[in-house]
Amino acid sequence: MDLSYSDEEKAFRDEVRAFLDEKLPKDLQEKVRAGGDLQKDDMERWHAILNEKGWLAPNWPKKFGGAEWNAVQKHIFEEEAALAHAPRTVPFGLSMLAPVLQKFGSQEQCDYWLPRILSGEDWWCQGYSEPGAGSDLASLKTEAVLNDAGTHYIVNGQKTWTTLGQHANMIFCLVRTDKTVKQQEGISFLLIDMDTPGVEVRPIILLDGTHEVNEVWFTDVEVPVENLVGEENKGWTYAKYLLTHERTNIAGVGFSQAGLRAVKRIASQEMANGKPLIQNPHFAARVAQVEIDLMAMATTNLRIVSKAAAGTAPGVESSMLKVKGTIIRQEINDLARRAAGVFAMPFASEAIEGSNEALPDPLAAGPVASQYFNNRKLSIFGGSNEIQRSIIAKVTMGG
Amino acid sequence: MNFELTEERQMLQDTLRRFLRDRYDTATRNKILESDSGFSSDIWNELAELGVIGALFTEEQGGFGGKGFDIAVVFEELGRAGVVEPFLDTAVLAGGLIADLGNDDQQAHIEEIIGGGLQLAFAHGEPNSRYDLNRVNTSATVKGDEIVISGRKSVVINAENADMLVVSARESGGEYDADGISLFLVPKDAAGMTLQGYALLAGGRAAEVTFDDVTVPASARLGEAGKAAPAIETRTAYANVAQTAETLGAMETACRLTKDYMLQRKQFGRPIATFQALAHRMADLLIELEQARSAVILAAGHLESERGNRERNISATKNLIGRVGRLVGEESIQLHGGIAMTQEYELAHIAKRIVMADHRFGDVDHHLERFIELSAA
Ligand SMILES: Cc1cc2nc3c(=O)[nH]c(=O)nc-3n(C[C@H](O)[C@H](O)[C@H](O)COP(=O)(O)OP(=O)(O)OC[C@H]3O[C@@H](n4cnc5c(N)ncnc54)[C@H](O)[C@@H]3O)c2cc1C
Ligand SMILES: Cc1cc2nc3c(=O)[nH]c(=O)nc-3n(C[C@H](O)[C@H](O)[C@H](O)COP(=O)(O)OP(=O)(O)OC[C@H]3O[C@@H](n4cnc5c(N)ncnc54)[C@H](O)[C@@H]3O)c2cc1C
Repeated sequence: MDLSYSDEEKAFRDEVRAFLDEKLPKDLQEKVRAGGDLQKDDMERWHAILNEKGWLAPNWPKKFGGAEWNAVQKHIFEEEAALAHAPRTVPFGLSMLAPVLQKFGSQEQCDYWLPRILSGEDWWCQGYSEPGAGSDLASLKTEAVLNDAGTHYIVNGQKTWTTLGQHANMIFCLVRTDKTVKQQEGISFLLIDMDTPGVEVRPIILLDGTHEVNEVWFTDVEVPVENLVGEENKGWTYAKYLLTHERTNIAGVGFSQAGLRAVKRIASQEMANGKPLIQNPHFAARVAQVEIDLMAMATTNLRIVSKAAAGTAPGVESSMLKVKGTIIRQEINDLARRAAGVFAMPFASEAIEGSNEALPDPLAAGPVASQYFNNRKLSIFGGSNEIQRSIIAKVTMGG
Repeated sequence: MNFELTEERQMLQDTLRRFLRDRYDTATRNKILESDSGFSSDIWNELAELGVIGALFTEEQGGFGGKGFDIAVVFEELGRAGVVEPFLDTAVLAGGLIADLGNDDQQAHIEEIIGGGLQLAFAHGEPNSRYDLNRVNTSATVKGDEIVISGRKSVVINAENADMLVVSARESGGEYDADGISLFLVPKDAAGMTLQGYALLAGGRAAEVTFDDVTVPASARLGEAGKAAPAIETRTAYANVAQTAETLGAMETACRLTKDYMLQRKQFGRPIATFQALAHRMADLLIELEQARSAVILAAGHLESERGNRERNISATKNLIGRVGRLVGEESIQLHGGIAMTQEYELAHIAKRIVMADHRFGDVDHHLERFIELSAA
């Protein structure tokens, strides 16, 4: 056992820190730190900076323009980026679609789509969920029928919860291509240009006032057959493969660490009975408790990461990380909300977007309650915590 | 023992519940939430006509209720419907302080409040006071027949809509002393008072209010100079009964919505209510809901007790409601899945009100510590 990083890994960490120090724009950093709502060009700007360095696609092979980092390197980068308040990279093209194309797509598809992800020419979103198909994804109904000429699929149906779909020009979808077979066997993986006639995007506003997700409607949308990934009716296999990638960095250790720092910062400014809140024994105990959980979880994460770096694919462990990681992050959000006291009450998103007058200090802590509510999503999406627990139970006990 | 409501209270509850069911649906409320004033004066006036505000004052004060259970009945219904109109701020807090401390001239306002014609706000908390009721730094200085007020008040709910503010300020004593705090009635248009308003996450609006040598006549003082602290504590106890009852009503709505949704939402070919992992969690929520109802009864039933007993029960209730509130807020969202996170769905608003109630008049931790202190005494 050796709990410290190797010299190589330490050198890599230093390199990442130096890069973030030099290249992360201060305004973006401040926006992320303050919990601001990132705009499309904010995200594109950060992608371009990472791309220039060759670090935009850590998990891609070098031959496609990726960094080809191992699991430990990826972990180090994610942790440092979160601690430096760097924006998250948008995962849909980079870490969801790309691995599927690289493994199951044709050469032409890789050659065409992958460079466009790196350059930012395409903004992808994920069209899996439907109003009737949430946890039970395989029950999806959006239908794709090949036309008589065999040149195009005609797509009809509705997707929902499409994150950042309002910025996207491309959507990868699971569609039903055979209704006569077992649910999982009649699904295909289709790439759809959102500028095609018949595609309509409607906003869904979340409870904290943010426009983060959308409904996407398809009415007789023509999609060229070249946009089918892999084989028809094999989409479920690709979707499951994608999910294992979606669940990387699921523990969110870096975000939790950054969040914990924010809690401590707010609690050392906020006064309770004439003393900084952080010195209040009850509050301090709550913070300590979650910090202890986080320390252990960071180590669990590293144990799994180093196993993955050695070539063993994480199985049930990724479900464990998802459950524990989201519980800890949500607990930290809760502490930040409490720490702000009465100043958690204002609806801060208006102020942060600059559409209103700046709020006076100490109202600057304001967005913590919005974040608390927004992050209820962490235990719902990407396979809810209940679904993860069922996976853990099934794998460990059968049934 | 008798846990039944009196006939009058039962009637009030029925009337109010029916009115809100008919007139305060989700679409109406969502429009109100987005409006500039953050409340509907039509709803306000209609509810005043129904006697909702009168029920919050005693007969001596000109109302027909005013006891703990009257307040609890009214606010439970307001909470059940997710009402954002500022009854608590105008009537229970500011109005209650005028009723408790005001001279004959000042008492004349009560009739207007009960009729719905007067909006008020209680400007008490300051940037560093957190939940401590006695920590007042805003100063009040006597200059002949006048009083000059300076300082800043934070998150003053309903300040922008208020015709008058009830403002606390210190005339003597140190920063944390109970002694020396006075209350003043300050008209909305007082020179030197500035408001910076904003919407609240759970509905309604508040403001940061700055007093820059605001001058009022000596007759603006409510009660004796420097002796307002006990009344502030008492009225905050009333407000806590109101708010915990409101949260109870909101939690009932959250549980009802969740239960209905679980029966109707199908995944994997059956209603999600049939998954035991979810059904047991609903059962836990219903157990906690009963605890919450008992806690509100404790607070309401002890509101007229002597101070120590009253405050110990208030802190116990506030702590329990804060804990159950977080659980119900979070679990009802989780059991729904993504749909609960959408702004226009009723539960989103209800869940925000439940959770954010912990940020007024002291959170779970504050009242835990206070309960320990009051129990030791
Ligand atoms: C903010 C946000 C962003 C999202 N982004 C995307 C996106 O970009 N693309 C996309 O395709 N989807 C996206 N989703 C959808 C997300 O994947 C779904 O919300 C998720 O799969 C859950 O489905 P549901 O919301 O329909 O809940 P349901 O499946 O209806 O679940 C409701 C509740 O029942 C529980 N439950 C369901 N089945 C079982 C069971 N068998 N056993 C025990 N408990 C069960 C769930 O855990 C949950 O608590 C997003 C969702 C949110 C909230
Ligand atoms: C100290 C003690 C005194 C007792 N005294 C008496 C007595 O005087 N007379 C008498 O007749 N009996 C008595 N009992 C027996 C008692 O009623 C049983 O222990 C009880 O009914 C549970 O049965 P079990 O112990 O066989 O557990 P099991 O029924 O085998 O249950 C094991 C676990 O599975 C859970 N479980 C079982 N079925 C379900 C389900 N469908 N869904 C979810 N969870 C489930 C249980 O809750 C438990 O956690 C006593 C038991 C104890 C421990």
